Amino acid sequence: MDYPLIVDIFFLLLATLAVVSGWRVFCTDSMVRASFFLLVSFIAVGVIMILLTAEYLGVAMFFMMAVEMMVMAIFMVMFMMNPAGLNPMMMVHQHKFSIAAGVAIFVVLGGVALLSEFPDNPLPADLDPVASLGNELLGDSMLIFESAGIVLLTTMIGVVVLSSHRGRYGAAEEGSMPPGLEPGGDPAGMPEEGDEGGHHHCH
Amino acid sequence: MTLATLLLLAAALIGIGFYGALSQQSFVMLMMGLELILNGVMLAAVAFWALSGAGAPEGQLLTIVVMAVMAIEMAMGFALVVAVFRTKQADVTEGITGLKH
Repeated sequence: MDYPLIVDIFFLLLATLAVVSGWRVFCTDSMVRASFFLLVSFIAVGVIMILLTAEYLGVAMFFMMAVEMMVMAIFMVMFMMNPAGLNPMMMVHQHKFSIAAGVAIFVVLGGVALLSEFPDNPLPADLDPVASLGNELLGDSMLIFESAGIVLLTTMIGVVVLSSHRGRYGAAEEGSMPPGLEPGGDPAGMPEEGDEGGHHHCH
Repeated sequence: MTLATLLLLAAALIGIGFYGALSQQSFVMLMMGLELILNGVMLAAVAFWALSGAGAPEGQLLTIVVMAVMAIEMAMGFALVVAVFRTKQADVTEGITGLKH
């Protein structure tokens, strides 16, 4: 299927943006900035989906990723030292092996993309992608769609169970000490009695 | 924009995500690597749907399922991070060396 030149140009720009911002995620100093780079990468892929006429999926990607990355940024600030990127930061292990593995994955998958013969069946001209997706979701594949909904509900319950303050075997943080404000320092302060910790739920 | 270039882009995203998931020490950055892998998978699914599958609606359905997987991964990942942080005060993978409690 041939796309007009402008689509190709846009695709090239967006592909570069997606790859560069995806790569910057792992080498920026600030973890909050890393989550925004990831958001840029996702939005570039979402626009490419819209270029491929999957409008619903592209727009759903925008909404979902915008919210998800905000949550991620909040967790970054909660958990990470150095959320603002004031100090240089490179927290990696097995670095060379990881680079080699990433390159190997790219070479193998890229080789599959370039060398194998895929059928050339572009979209029919009269197809309405959104209507066809809607008919599929509430038609033939309704069981799959509903199962996904049930699994999401199960996830919510599991998340609350995992992150709730008080578990079946007593308080979740029993016996643990808060970390010091500096390495080896005194504990930063024990949680107060009666603190129910409802703010830790992520939904 | 051909199927080959789209799949190359997806392969690049999956490769970067794989690198991140293997190399990062902090749990949240590790999850970002997993998200990038799923990003590439979704792009590949949409590319196949649009250019090779003659618009079979199951292609879009697959992308929706991957999106649900992504949401589940994110929520369960953060819940596990919270649970691990509560018990071990660990926010890097080296902080957990065993399953003992």
